[in-house]
Amino acid sequence: MSNVIGLYQPGRSPLHRLPAGWKFLALLVFAVLIVVFDRLWQLGVGAAVLCVGFAVARLRPGVVLRTMRTVLVLLAVVFALQWWLLGALSAAVVCLRLLVAIGAANLFTLTTRVDDLVAAIERAASPLRRFGVRPETLGLLVGLTVQAVGALSVIARQTREAQRARDAGRSVAAFTVPFLIRTLRHADELGEALAARGVGDEDGSDAARLSEELRR
Amino acid sequence: MIEFDGVGHSYGEHTVLDDVRLRLDERRVAFVGANGSGKSTLARMINGLVLPTRGRVLVDGLDPARDGKRVRNRVGFVFTNPDSQIVMPTAGEDVAFSLRRKGIPKAERERRAAEALAEHGLAGYAEHPAQQLSGGQKQLLALCAMLVLEPDVLVCDEPTTLLDLRNKRRFAERLRGLEQQVVLVTHDLELLDDFDRVVVLDEGRVVADDEPDEALRYYRELVV
Ligand SMILES: Nc1ncnc2c1ncn2[C@@H]1O[C@H](COP(=O)(O)OP(=O)(O)O)[C@@H](O)[C@H]1O
Ligand SMILES: [Mg+2]
Repeated sequence: MSNVIGLYQPGRSPLHRLPAGWKFLALLVFAVLIVVFDRLWQLGVGAAVLCVGFAVARLRPGVVLRTMRTVLVLLAVVFALQWWLLGALSAAVVCLRLLVAIGAANLFTLTTRVDDLVAAIERAASPLRRFGVRPETLGLLVGLTVQAVGALSVIARQTREAQRARDAGRSVAAFTVPFLIRTLRHADELGEALAARGVGDEDGSDAARLSEELRR
Repeated sequence: MIEFDGVGHSYGEHTVLDDVRLRLDERRVAFVGANGSGKSTLARMINGLVLPTRGRVLVDGLDPARDGKRVRNRVGFVFTNPDSQIVMPTAGEDVAFSLRRKGIPKAERERRAAEALAEHGLAGYAEHPAQQLSGGQKQLLALCAMLVLEPDVLVCDEPTTLLDLRNKRRFAERLRGLEQQVVLVTHDLELLDDFDRVVVLDEGRVVADDEPDEALRYYRELVV
């Protein structure tokens, strides 16, 4: 299974080297604009800007296509549905908006190391310390969230392979139950691994509670 | 020095360890025993992931129940499943993650991570997506992420159980070269040739505790 959001691809392009914090801010602004835009030509400009971004990042087209494949299939379905319900123009607007927004998120994750993003978020959140928010915890949460997307898709693939090997057909229960069990076990093991690596040993930290939660 | 002082553990009614008394100061110690005999529970007590419900554990005089943080600073732990020990998307970030709490600046962390990876046969993988490594490489990465913190003791709970023969050997090779005290839980008895001491567990009790030859002979008889 391909991820909807791609994982970091090493590179030396200007986009790779842009500080993660600014890049994240740019992504946010871009996403807001894309949501506000509701004319096809405006979204077309957004798409063009995004294409320039991909060209600058010099990512291998294979990687980009692989990460976008699932999205394209989903969008085809959405497009058909919208066309039938609301007509071709609004179908195009909705789908282009989704495509550009997801594409931008992808461009960001493909060119940004999680460690850099985490560091940027920790820096940005440090003034919140006064209000009892622990930046380390936020950073760790972001890192783990990105990681979880990868882990879950691996578990889903393994479950489906096991299902096929046992010729269990395509029933939802035959997938869901083992998928949930594997996911819970993964959470359990991950919680232990985090604890062993000292997460939660920061004095009285939220991370301690997080790793406790995960171990439950 | 790792001491188990009349250690017992129960999950509710179910007693999984009973009256374990051990003083481990050999460089290479193994726990063997059937599934469910309590090996993992005992091993996890060394870094305080599981706390004894009876008795006391001491690691260099520190009690993991009270000084968990300081104990975990000395004790590294490698688990069985290569997929659930990696917490960051790339190999380099994952090793660097270990160094976060040491308050080392980021550039320095990256440099040390790359160095550690190279030492463990993962040179050039710093920017590689960790999920795409082979099982054997992932286990080496997990080892690397622990050793970069320079622990005094390394506990490994069946680290080679999910690996193929070649990767088992490669991992064993790495373990053999370490200066640290190693406590290894395993079913791969051929890894124990150069071990100083083998502790055999059965239903939560120590039933043999000897040099590998003697202890493993006892273990084989027990299994039959
Ligand atoms: N979290 C838990 N809750 C309840 N029982 C457990 C838990 N973890 C382990 N056990 C039980 O404790 C016993 C010993 O387990 P373990 O230490 O994992 O043995 P081993 O590693 O030798 O296979 C087993 O019977 C197992 O079912
Ligand atoms: Mg076990």
